[in-house]
Amino acid sequence: MTKPRTYKTKAIILKQVPLGEADKILTLYTPYMGKLRAVAKGVRKPRSKLSGHVEPLTHAALMLAQGRNLDIVTQSQTIDSFIYLRQDLHLTSSAIYLAELTDCFTVENEEDPTLFQLLLHSLHRLSEGMCSETILRLYEIRLLENLGYRPEIRKCVYCGTLTPSPCYFSPSGGGLLCLKCRHKESLAHPISPDALKIMQILQETNPYTHEELQFPKGVARELEHILRSYISYLLERQLKSTSFLDILKQSEVDRVVQKL
Amino acid sequence: MELPTSPLVARLVEEFNKLPGIGPKSAQRLAYYLIRVSREEAKALAEAILAMKESTVFCSLCQNITEADPCLICRDEARDRTKICVVEDPLDVLPLERTRIYKGLYHVLHGIISPMNGIGPDDLKIAELLNRLKTGAVREVILATNPNLEGEATAMYIHRLLSPLGIRVTRLARGLPAGADLEYADDVTLTRALEGRQEL
Repeated sequence: MTKPRTYKTKAIILKQVPLGEADKILTLYTPYMGKLRAVAKGVRKPRSKLSGHVEPLTHAALMLAQGRNLDIVTQSQTIDSFIYLRQDLHLTSSAIYLAELTDCFTVENEEDPTLFQLLLHSLHRLSEGMCSETILRLYEIRLLENLGYRPEIRKCVYCGTLTPSPCYFSPSGGGLLCLKCRHKESLAHPISPDALKIMQILQETNPYTHEELQFPKGVARELEHILRSYISYLLERQLKSTSFLDILKQSEVDRVVQKL
Repeated sequence: MELPTSPLVARLVEEFNKLPGIGPKSAQRLAYYLIRVSREEAKALAEAILAMKESTVFCSLCQNITEADPCLICRDEARDRTKICVVEDPLDVLPLERTRIYKGLYHVLHGIISPMNGIGPDDLKIAELLNRLKTGAVREVILATNPNLEGEATAMYIHRLLSPLGIRVTRLARGLPAGADLEYADDVTLTRALEGRQEL
């Protein structure tokens, strides 16, 4: 199907990069056109009508016109700017992580309304101050599932033993390993029964009902580590925004004072 | 295929091509323009670049670009030494100076925290800022990073670092720019404009 000369879409702005004197290239995530890159003209000028409506992490209704190379944003109206999220450093950086994750895993023009809804939902929940760890882990697991990387967390990926104990998670194997099979993959992290249980809940139940789910700090760290290693195995690199999330978790003052 | 251009011209084109915002075509145009200018003009350009490169340093206090360390602003006795205005890059100092309202000192971060591009606090001149605050002379730090996602994140990060020090930390007000139109204002800007409304 050919696109009309101008078209409208809702989108979440994932990121911006400067272009030329006053323009920016936006990376948009839309429900029915997937990821899209478009030029927003003049948005670096102070009186730009668009600039406030195309900030990263904004849910907006846009009108675009077909351009020669990239399409051009002609109008944008904010639907939700997640203002509360912007006022908190930890929430902002968590949301940036979600955006980067989405950007890295999706390809242009491949629609995925489910993932769009989940991203939007996650941003809303972050903005409402829900536990960011739950939201991040849930989004990671669901994103992987949607894109065909669903980890096998019910049985050993080699011998099929159900919920083995002790149990290992292998990024390269894409799921659990039992004690006997753990040496068949070079990478395998031990995973505790608690962390495994939470992963199963996040993966198998309705993603819109987990707001109240909170897990102990140790388990949270374990899950973060496991999912991060799986994600970086799939992407063959680390996501850039994770290092800032880590910095925020440390006591920053101590860190900088140490450096001096 | 070997193009019939002089290797010296090609070299210049290549150098221009490295500059931000200059593509291969513009680079060619600039190089061929310079063929036609007088020797003096070309020399002036070359010397200006060299002189700038050789005799500018970062001010050891504010990190701004300067010929003499400390820079003119940091040396100026008439400046208010209890205030430091934190900006992203040297270009941001100029518009603030143009207002002629601000009489305090500056601190240039040389960048902005940008998690998506892998730029963290350690890549900026934040440690240098904390060092300057150690003397206790500074009463107020004004955060003048741009009012976008990354600028806000940087401001919040610095605020978090400074809050235990008991120094007043302020942020530039956000609102409607001169000549703006309410119809096109976004929610964030309007919310801030309402919050910061002032008695007439």
